[in-house]
Amino acid sequence: MADPATISPATLLKDELDIVIPTIRNLDFLEMWRPFFQPYHLIIVQDGDPSKAIKVPEGFDYELYNRNDINRILGPKASCISFKDSACRCFGYMVSKKKYIYTIDDDCFVAKDPSGKDINALEQHIKNLLSPSTPFFFNTLYDPYRAGADFVRGYPFSLREGVPTAVSHGLWLNIPDYDAPTQLVKPLERNTRYVDAVMTIPKGTLFPMCGMNLAFDRELIGPAMYFGLMGDGQPIGRYDDMWAGWCTKVICDHLGWGVKTGLPYIWHSKASNPFVNLRKEYKGIYWQEELIPFFQSVTLPKDCTSVQKCYTEIAKQVKAKLGKVDDYFNKLADAMVTWIEAWDELNPSGASKSSDLPNGASK
Amino acid sequence: RTLRAGKLTERVLKLFIATGKDEVFSLIQALNIQVTVTPVLPTRALRPDLTSFMNEWRTIFSRFHLIIVKDPDLKEELKIPEGFNLDVYKKPDIDRVVGTSTSTIFSGYSCRYFGYLVSRKKYIISVDDDCYPAKDNKGILVDAVAQHITNLTTPATPFFFNTLYDPFTEGADFVRGYPFSLRSGVQCALSCGLWLNLADYDAPTQALKPEERNSRYVDAVLTVPARTLMPISGINIAFNREVIGPALLPSLRLGGEGKFRWETMEDIWSGMCVKVVCDHLGLGVKTGMPYVWRNDRGDAIASLRKEWEGVKLMEEVVPFFQSVRLSREATTTEDCVAEVANVVKEQLGTKDPMFARAAKAMLDWVKLWKSVGSSTSSPGA
Repeated sequence: MADPATISPATLLKDELDIVIPTIRNLDFLEMWRPFFQPYHLIIVQDGDPSKAIKVPEGFDYELYNRNDINRILGPKASCISFKDSACRCFGYMVSKKKYIYTIDDDCFVAKDPSGKDINALEQHIKNLLSPSTPFFFNTLYDPYRAGADFVRGYPFSLREGVPTAVSHGLWLNIPDYDAPTQLVKPLERNTRYVDAVMTIPKGTLFPMCGMNLAFDRELIGPAMYFGLMGDGQPIGRYDDMWAGWCTKVICDHLGWGVKTGLPYIWHSKASNPFVNLRKEYKGIYWQEELIPFFQSVTLPKDCTSVQKCYTEIAKQVKAKLGKVDDYFNKLADAMVTWIEAWDELNPSGASKSSDLPNGASK
Repeated sequence: RTLRAGKLTERVLKLFIATGKDEVFSLIQALNIQVTVTPVLPTRALRPDLTSFMNEWRTIFSRFHLIIVKDPDLKEELKIPEGFNLDVYKKPDIDRVVGTSTSTIFSGYSCRYFGYLVSRKKYIISVDDDCYPAKDNKGILVDAVAQHITNLTTPATPFFFNTLYDPFTEGADFVRGYPFSLRSGVQCALSCGLWLNLADYDAPTQALKPEERNSRYVDAVLTVPARTLMPISGINIAFNREVIGPALLPSLRLGGEGKFRWETMEDIWSGMCVKVVCDHLGLGVKTGMPYVWRNDRGDAIASLRKEWEGVKLMEEVVPFFQSVRLSREATTTEDCVAEVANVVKEQLGTKDPMFARAAKAMLDWVKLWKSVGSSTSSPGA
């Protein structure tokens, strides 16, 4: 396989990657990203009032969906897509026809690395996705496939080929992704630490996945990237990406794929209002005490050999075990099933590679 | 009063210091009470002259008590510069403490374990003698000792991954989505540092990439998640001896074990044991900073001419340790080590006599630790 470090990744994946952006305000931030994003196709998911016109800067190739479009395309199944919350972005994943997705928030800008150079976040995500992951044994020098690094002494050779990377989770300089209580206690804290590492999150370990700067192999893991029921009419917000992350990690662990975290950094410019956040999050803060043990103990049967089967199985277990925490989880479990149905309708399995793996894949 | 009762432990000392009273500080200075850290320095067969090593580390090491253990196979006299507070142990000393038949386990790189055995301090820091202080990205000299102590004295978070790495470091915290009940963390028992310049690669890798040098300074410390194993290198580590001491042990010796790090696996084996024990006892293991600067040494290709057992070994060792489950009854480190040893004997001992010897060495070590290593200087700690 060619070394991704030597081929210009932008040329490679120009026609294989969509950039999904949820927005409610405007897309001015795209100006700063223009040198990096312009070759790619954008899928803009407009949240909020559909009668408002969102202006897209000149020169970008895009498709834009508002709530009316979502309702028209999905019909009754549109109930699974959140309204008045950036969780609606997952609609973009569903309608995309590309192999890879990069999603970014509209208050995220180009960051600079310690040498002062602009960071091409998309390029780094592509490198992460195109090189293997190593979830079964931790490499102390982090990503062994990066230039200048390798596997350390003691790393078994049989594990050095790695596994396919399904998710690349990027980080943020400036405004860190804190929850509301932490924001209230430390309103002035800024993340100034550039940690020059990419690493695989080990198998069996969960993490809080942030959707602000995220890329994934849609053909591999797309159906698991459902961002849940948030926003208008829902008791909770700001847990959309968390939910998708926990489901995704459980499924990746089961199917033997990797999740990376670390570089690239983007510059997160807008600190959301912590009091508003607290109102959205507060149920999540105590629900997550139940959710984490739930996800840590989920086991998927061997015959769950596709992402859809795994996801449907998780939905079943959500209903069975979390329904008693709050009725919200019954609704969420139903929405998860609706999502998979909608996904399969829009992505009939001749076209996509989301196909069954041989049984040997689960460990 | 506390001193006279023999009840001055590190924890009690911290309480006194926390009062912020001047009389406390001057009393501490007058009595020359040391912070309870002991850098342990094993020597290598090729390096009897420790002068440049110790001078490079002087500003960082001179505050602490040093234990220097001379490889019993090293024939030349050690050259050690003046001005350090240290104890030196050579073959006669080792023989005296553990007996001549047992002292053979401390040859080569394993001589450092003798230092761990005889130390009576709470924390141990161990650095190979081909490593010098490194500089960080701003060009400032890294105080590896201070960083290891920080790692060991702040909680670890093995049950959920924090994407901003160590949440207890300045300028960072737990991210959104991190459960609050897991934010107090657990005690950190082991701190694994890294290396700039010559990274800890095995011989095949080093031979394939003879020019490769690690120049990437990753400004992070992170907790290695529970049940995740990793190769724990002995080149630059620190640990809480009181909590995990018996689990760092000399036991696996390769048939062709040699004078260069890439001709050994003893630390990797020991590290697997330590991680399994920590996971079982709910203790944390951190990895990342501090970095040391590791000097070029040896010819990897020459090492490859020997049959490279270490490579084949890990294919067995890793799945084995990944499958080890300790019993509920194993509640102390010694018990855990003994249980691991028995499982090694049962499951790996039949595959290769080297494992059977390792298992026996582990059980012997637990006995040795109980008789020689376990009396601490702080009663009621």
